[in-house]
Amino acid sequence: MKEIMEEKVIYAMYEDDDVLLNGAKALVAEGVHISDVYSPMPIHGIDPVIGVEPTRLGIAAFLYGLTGTMLAAIGLRYFMITDWPMNIGGKPSFSLLENIPSFIPIFFEFTVLCAAHGMAITYLLRNKTLPGMPPRNPDPRTTDDKFVIEINESENSKHSLKEITAMLKKTGVVEMEEKVIK
Amino acid sequence: MHKEADIRKPLILGDKTYRDITDDVIRPIESKAPRTWYILILIAGVLAAWGIGCIIYLLGTGVGVWGLNKTVEWAWDITNFVWWVGIGHAGTLISAVLLLFRQKWRFAINRAAEAMTIFAVMMAGLFPLIHMGRLWVGYWVFPLPNQFGSMWVNFNSPLLWDVFAISTYFSVSLVFWYIGLIPDFATIRDRVTKPLAKRVYRVLSFGWTGNAKAWNRFELVSLVLAGLATPLVFSVHSIVSFDFATSIVPGWHTTIFPPYFVSGAVFSGFAMVQTLMLILRKAYKLEEYLHVKHIEYMNIVIIVTGSIVGVAYITELFVSWYSGVEYEAYAFLNRATGPYWWAYASMMTCNVISPQLFWFKKLRTSLMFSFFMSIIINIGMWFERFVIIVTSIHRDYVPSSWTYFHPTWVDIGIFMGTIGIFFVLYLLFSRYFPVLPIAELKTILKSSGKNYKENYGHGKDYWDSQSEH
Repeated sequence: MKEIMEEKVIYAMYEDDDVLLNGAKALVAEGVHISDVYSPMPIHGIDPVIGVEPTRLGIAAFLYGLTGTMLAAIGLRYFMITDWPMNIGGKPSFSLLENIPSFIPIFFEFTVLCAAHGMAITYLLRNKTLPGMPPRNPDPRTTDDKFVIEINESENSKHSLKEITAMLKKTGVVEMEEKVIK
Repeated sequence: MHKEADIRKPLILGDKTYRDITDDVIRPIESKAPRTWYILILIAGVLAAWGIGCIIYLLGTGVGVWGLNKTVEWAWDITNFVWWVGIGHAGTLISAVLLLFRQKWRFAINRAAEAMTIFAVMMAGLFPLIHMGRLWVGYWVFPLPNQFGSMWVNFNSPLLWDVFAISTYFSVSLVFWYIGLIPDFATIRDRVTKPLAKRVYRVLSFGWTGNAKAWNRFELVSLVLAGLATPLVFSVHSIVSFDFATSIVPGWHTTIFPPYFVSGAVFSGFAMVQTLMLILRKAYKLEEYLHVKHIEYMNIVIIVTGSIVGVAYITELFVSWYSGVEYEAYAFLNRATGPYWWAYASMMTCNVISPQLFWFKKLRTSLMFSFFMSIIINIGMWFERFVIIVTSIHRDYVPSSWTYFHPTWVDIGIFMGTIGIFFVLYLLFSRYFPVLPIAELKTILKSSGKNYKENYGHGKDYWDSQSEH
């Protein structure tokens, strides 16, 4: 039988984003690993401090867009050239290349459609945000005006929780909570 | 902390904290709706019901119930379509183009303008659908395998480009709007106490957590969507203009149409934003977030786009003469001096002459005048589309078929009805959704909030002494 892992987590709450940012810098300088930060709005400059990598969603969007352009090209070639060539106003209908000027609008629209929706769906899935998902922020006030740092015990072998708590207290924390997560 | 020069006026007035922003935006959602809200939604609802009744009558009887005849085969239907699409251009322009240009003042208007966009595009989409006459075969516009010898839709036609452009624009705008709404729904979810409201906002907020990685992705997604939506905004109205420009009807067959339609759309869209926001800021007491400076910025956009539209009108006239094509020249001469001179004159007055009054600082910083002008511009832009569509076709090549268009009660009913449906949706939005982007306003508080700006530069009481706001 597998042993149930128990983990201690510290939630340190701040009232100001700049105080939190400075606090996080101080903690990281001491070698503390910060698992996450919860905030009501983006805190600019926090990502490199706590080691959040830049997202690759932009690359994903580009690939979705490319897929869209290709699908549009394949589709239009099939509809208008291969399957049922139509002579409309004398516009050339013998090859994709000759007919391409009047396909540009749809190439463009379909590219945008696929890039935007592909990226949006990936974004929702990666953030684990879907209709009906339970909220996972540690305190309801973090969507209003409070900022919270989360520190996991297991990720910090160098320092004991006591030491971390002492360090946190020096950074302008307004509330602190220790939770056991199973 | 990011400091900003004193030449930039504060965007958020008053002594605001993060908590105040949440309170101010959510207050109308938490408190009971005022009586005026019920009165307004009742009026809008009656109009909407009347419009829906007219649409049902139209679908049951046929397009013959409109005032169309064999010469004027497009009139109010397509006028209304282009008018609504035009209005629907400001929202995504504000959120996408102004985001790319890092215009922070957009945060006061972007949420409500995006909502306006979505509802306006819905109303726009209605007209091509019902003008088909047989709504139930509306799906024929999509390239679906079918039983008619696998006849495909015509991808050479601007009408089909329109299908793709409008549906892409609508769905991308909707996604853009909703992704911005998710964090704000989470704020409401964590605040409301009524069990039903809590459950609804819990579903709407998709379980938003607000952790660092989520915000990191949020910012990139907003930026990339803005990058995608910017050319989209320009392409959509260009494609709408192709509906006319690629035809060979004198008066429609003009290469200037795409830029002219796009600036006209931005012009009318900003006017509609003014109309709605000037009421909203008063009704919801958001004067500190949306003040004279914001109105002035919007009026400046209105002068620029209005002037582009004016230049386009004059260019059209010049080219019709300079081309030496007598059909082309007659189309414009007839437009300005023929039986529809009154429509042309109202268009010129409302769209070209009146926005020039905004060069006077006193006028463009006056809220009453801005509201008045926004209505004038909306009327003018409706006339612009009417002039382009009806005056170009009411006198065709055979003088025996020259005619004059008279709208029927169904034409009028459906147009009024779409205004009703639009306002029902807008009133519901303003009641249950956060009308300002809460999270994004918090990001500009420290750089553009009055109380923060007073800590440096000109110092305390300086901004209060600036009488403008």
